[in-house]
Amino acid sequence: MEKELRLMKGNEAVAEAAIRAGADGYFGYPITPQSEILEYLMVAKPYEKTGMVVLQAESELAAINMVYGGAGCGKKVMTTSSSPGISLKQEGISYIAGAELPCLIVNVVRGGPGLGTIQPAQSDYFQATKGGGHGDYHLIVLAPASVQEMADFVDLGFELAFKYRNPAMILSDGAIGQMMEKVWLSPQKERSKTVPEWATTGKPPTRERNIITSLDLDPYAQEVFNQKLIEKYNKIREKEVRYEEFQCEDAEYLFVAYGTSARVCQKSVQLAREQGIKAGLLRPITLFPFPTKKINELADKVKMILSVEMSAGQMVEDVLLSVNGKVPVYHFGRMGGIIPAPDEVVENLKSKITGG
Amino acid sequence: MAQATGIKEIIKPENLVYKKTKLMTDNVLSYCPGCGHGTSHRIIAEVIDEEGLQSESIGICPVGCSVLLYNFMDIDWQEAAHGRAPAVATGIKRLMPEKFVFTYQGDGDLAAIGTAETIHSCNRGENILIVFINNGIYGMTGGQMAPTTLPGMKSSTSPYGRDVAMMGNPLKMTDIVATLPGTYYVTRQSVHTPANVKKTKKAIRKAVQYQKLNKGTCFVEIVSNCPSNWKMTPVQSNKWLEENMLPYYPLGDMKIPEDQPA
Repeated sequence: MEKELRLMKGNEAVAEAAIRAGADGYFGYPITPQSEILEYLMVAKPYEKTGMVVLQAESELAAINMVYGGAGCGKKVMTTSSSPGISLKQEGISYIAGAELPCLIVNVVRGGPGLGTIQPAQSDYFQATKGGGHGDYHLIVLAPASVQEMADFVDLGFELAFKYRNPAMILSDGAIGQMMEKVWLSPQKERSKTVPEWATTGKPPTRERNIITSLDLDPYAQEVFNQKLIEKYNKIREKEVRYEEFQCEDAEYLFVAYGTSARVCQKSVQLAREQGIKAGLLRPITLFPFPTKKINELADKVKMILSVEMSAGQMVEDVLLSVNGKVPVYHFGRMGGIIPAPDEVVENLKSKITGG
Repeated sequence: MAQATGIKEIIKPENLVYKKTKLMTDNVLSYCPGCGHGTSHRIIAEVIDEEGLQSESIGICPVGCSVLLYNFMDIDWQEAAHGRAPAVATGIKRLMPEKFVFTYQGDGDLAAIGTAETIHSCNRGENILIVFINNGIYGMTGGQMAPTTLPGMKSSTSPYGRDVAMMGNPLKMTDIVATLPGTYYVTRQSVHTPANVKKTKKAIRKAVQYQKLNKGTCFVEIVSNCPSNWKMTPVQSNKWLEENMLPYYPLGDMKIPEDQPA
């Protein structure tokens, strides 16, 4: 089976990739700018082809709890939404993390707070990478910068979610969700017939009953569980960091940017170099785990780092922690659904260079 | 000696009239003395066992007094967030339509915070069983007013009695879901007398059997007591239930399948 080339929106790519990844179920609720995912699946009717369940829930709360139920049965299940909807899902996401269930969540981010705008933003970075709901937990967070990565990260997200029994999130934005690009789609995978040993599928006489829960009333036992989660997150930090370097070899000034901002910064690197400024770009692909070590190493070689985000400055905090005072770190961002222009980023860099 | 011989005569297997249900575990129940939860658990465990459904059953626990239900019944369980059990059950049943999936929820869980999930699961006609324990109060959190608390009934958050002008009237969720085309069998029972326990078991058995037909949601309300938070003895609470709860929540079938023998 060969890969198939298609021209698609990022949102459509997620939907098609979910079917091809052999997903068992999708539960969603409409919200702009990601409604194409549910719409695409309803048109595609994968339940007739692969048996994948697609259901429009009555709310984001219901959708994420349907995901909880399916994930607890060891199934490959997912949901998608955009910022206000993802806020609603946080209760369920916390329970899923607490019950150590694998699932995939896609956030096609729009500007906030509140109802905000329907235009793209990166203002949900804190929510995605620091837990989001209540309690000590992390998601595995993947940040696509193209329609191709929207498709690829569905499979990768499921793979990591099952590997670590942890919810994974694709942190996209309205620009990547809505824009069309060519995308190579993977061949159709079979839906898995493997039943994880912990899954609630009905208790046969041959095993103890399985219980999916995040409850432990004994504080000592709960702390042991919290420690276990920390160990898991440390393992993820050790094994799963992904990033991309762009002209970092001789860079004196480093942009750190993900997703849409990273695409902008790639152009900014070129523009800066045309003006004699040796700029480079580090693009985190995983936001949790964050490429802390790599950024710390690059801080030994560069004079300054500029974190470019479509937010008031969220990832910059992780960049600062990574750099640990070695070189100055600044933030440049646009908000409210505005995507910065490449020359605007260069001008900001120049002002930081001259202004100190 | 004569007495001991007498006991041996009596405890012959053929004289056995009551024993521990196989599907109830040996864990000590976390309920207050006289609470209806234990009886309700036992009824469900008995029916699942008698129907041979242990290996097919997935239960969903609520948040409330029965949050630890998974410790008491020997089947697979999922613990849902407060009010979300019908959504969790939907996810399970849609992905494993051949299984018997049921929720067990209290009145706060089902009729307050989980109202949307309850109504929409029933409206979609999810092929699940919803068991609804209604004791008119929030038990686990210490006796606060529930959506089902009776007018004038005192609780820790309605210390002068439920004022319907301020808080509205008790919500009859079972009556509501009975109006939805998605429900197949809707009934209200109780466990406050042995006769009612038998009727409830009959209703649960019907509901469990109807599940196999995939014709819609089965919904069994069990009017129950809360001696601790009603501040009564178990006997007083059962009497109070009969005199006060049942006039507002009358027992009986609200929707019976037209295509089934009565």
